[in-house]
Amino acid sequence: MEFLSYLITGISLGSIYAIIALGYTMVYGIAKMLNFAHGDVIMVGGYVSFYVTIFAGNNLLGEDPSALATGAVALVSVLLAMAVCTVLGVVIEGLAYRPLRQAGSLAVLITAIGVSYFLQNAAQLLFGANPKNFTPIVSGQLTLFGGQLRISYVALLTIVACVVIMLGLTAFTGKSRMGKAMRACSEDRGAAQLMGINVNATISMTFAIGSALAAVAGVLLCSYSPVLQPTTGSMPGIKAFTAAVFGGIGSIPGAFLGGLLLGIIEALAQAYISTQLSNSILFAVLIVVLLVKPSGLLGKYVPEKV
Amino acid sequence: MRSYLKNMKTITKVDYATYLGVILAFIVVTICQSQGLVNRSVSGMLVPICCYVCMSISLNLTVGILGELSLGHAGFMSVGAFSGIIASMSLQSSISSELGRMVIALVVGAVFAAIVGFIVGIPVLRLRGDYLAIVTLAFGEIIKDLINCLLVGWDENGLHIALNVDGTKSMSTLGLSENGIEIIKGAQGATGNDRIATFTMGFVLVMITLIVVLNLVRSRTGRAIMAIRDNRIAAESVGINVTKYKLIAFVTSAALAGSAGALFGLNYSNVTAIQFDFNTSILVLVYVVLGGLGNIWGSIIATVILYVLPEALRQFSDYRMLVYAIVLILVMLATNNPQVRALLGRVIPKRKGAALDE
Repeated sequence: MEFLSYLITGISLGSIYAIIALGYTMVYGIAKMLNFAHGDVIMVGGYVSFYVTIFAGNNLLGEDPSALATGAVALVSVLLAMAVCTVLGVVIEGLAYRPLRQAGSLAVLITAIGVSYFLQNAAQLLFGANPKNFTPIVSGQLTLFGGQLRISYVALLTIVACVVIMLGLTAFTGKSRMGKAMRACSEDRGAAQLMGINVNATISMTFAIGSALAAVAGVLLCSYSPVLQPTTGSMPGIKAFTAAVFGGIGSIPGAFLGGLLLGIIEALAQAYISTQLSNSILFAVLIVVLLVKPSGLLGKYVPEKV
Repeated sequence: MRSYLKNMKTITKVDYATYLGVILAFIVVTICQSQGLVNRSVSGMLVPICCYVCMSISLNLTVGILGELSLGHAGFMSVGAFSGIIASMSLQSSISSELGRMVIALVVGAVFAAIVGFIVGIPVLRLRGDYLAIVTLAFGEIIKDLINCLLVGWDENGLHIALNVDGTKSMSTLGLSENGIEIIKGAQGATGNDRIATFTMGFVLVMITLIVVLNLVRSRTGRAIMAIRDNRIAAESVGINVTKYKLIAFVTSAALAGSAGALFGLNYSNVTAIQFDFNTSILVLVYVVLGGLGNIWGSIIATVILYVLPEALRQFSDYRMLVYAIVLILVMLATNNPQVRALLGRVIPKRKGAALDE
């Protein structure tokens, strides 16, 4: 029973990583760049939701708000966070990454790092460096087997959200017109342009979707571990990037699988081996997997042409 | 003499100019120091600047010359720093000369970092591109976590080492005798070190790093490494042993980072493993990319400027890192955007031989 509860913690943590990794992997697949600022967009999403909830709590809700009202506020805060992050993602892409479309990948990487520094320091100036205590968007827990197994509603919500997002994205990239354009751009940008696809608009759209996902992940992450500060997003960002690579970067089911596995490994390692070394164990597994399967679990193997 | 200069290749001239520039900078700073023109905050920055110059030159060997993106360079610095500290602290009683201990610490730091570099390099160099980058990042984090658990003490029976994996061990588990010294205390890091690093030592280390890297790059080995960077398959087909040359570059780079780390560690009385995390690797990578990939003197100048910049922005206090970030983005946009480059090209005529560095 103990194992089961650790497993569920792992799956819900993994779902958060998976949502972040989906954003990473889509941007990587289409723009061929490592967006190091993705983790900081998560943090921005967390802050927006935090302030919306505080604002609503002070001004709109009464002393003892009904469950429906709190739920509505939570929903609105998530939607607003998504809206802000979407705009932020598109603006970042337009101002910082688009001028470098033809430049080498390292130049774009360093610019992304610059954007990440910018977001962290801007957040520190705007919101202060002190950690904020985030109220989880849903409280309470499910008690099973006569109290032996407790699952918080946040964990359930996270898992459900992740599955819905994954299925939605798979359908979107597979069926819709925009999704097809995205796949075309990731296959061959030049050829896609020749076929009349607006590459810049497609890449903007990818950033918009990725950043909206980051906002959702931000709210869920802060509900999972309720400490919000300007550096909140960086470590989960790195781990989600690891998850994306683990599953095969550029592949949507890969990011899902990678994120889930990473979360489970982390939770189990923390519970049974060592809290201090849980990140090391996670990274060690990544290294072993990449050595056996150099393009990730579900990545496409691209043979080199001479 | 003049004809000798004339016959020299441009590359050789650039190399000599680099050596000369570093020596001149050292002389100028030393003179200023003896005249009392250097205030405390600047003189405190001199040794770290030397360390980071060595770091960026050595990272340039991996990223610029070998062409593999490494995001875990701070890990080697960390290994060097802590092994150097252990060496210098445990030799405190047997070697009284600070210079002697410093030199031994730098050598020990380089050797340990080279060993770790070799162990890391064998699996890492089989991968390519972003996968290689993420694995170097992973190794950097693993090294950080392991050192965070490390407990090391020294007494007359020798070194006592324990790995505090489950958080149950403390310094007393090591069983040190009364005269023992606690060197590394897990997450608290190394505290109470002798601060024996000097600016002169830093200068010597920069010169050694420069001599090693420039001679390596201009040698037959260096040409083989660059051939692998430019086209691995072509290089392999003319009989270059790809793994061997990649490892040579990677291990050399790790060893130099290790000695830079040892110098860094011995410049502060407290050093923790968290100081050498992913962000430090990124910091050094930023120096290398802004200085120009494969361009050694560019790395030196970029490191000095970018290290001093946040300090110089002190007057903006809270805004300084924000300004730093904006400057970083703008510089990348200005140097890499084709339109801006064309504009700059019209204003500044391209000098002769400029293409050689690229």
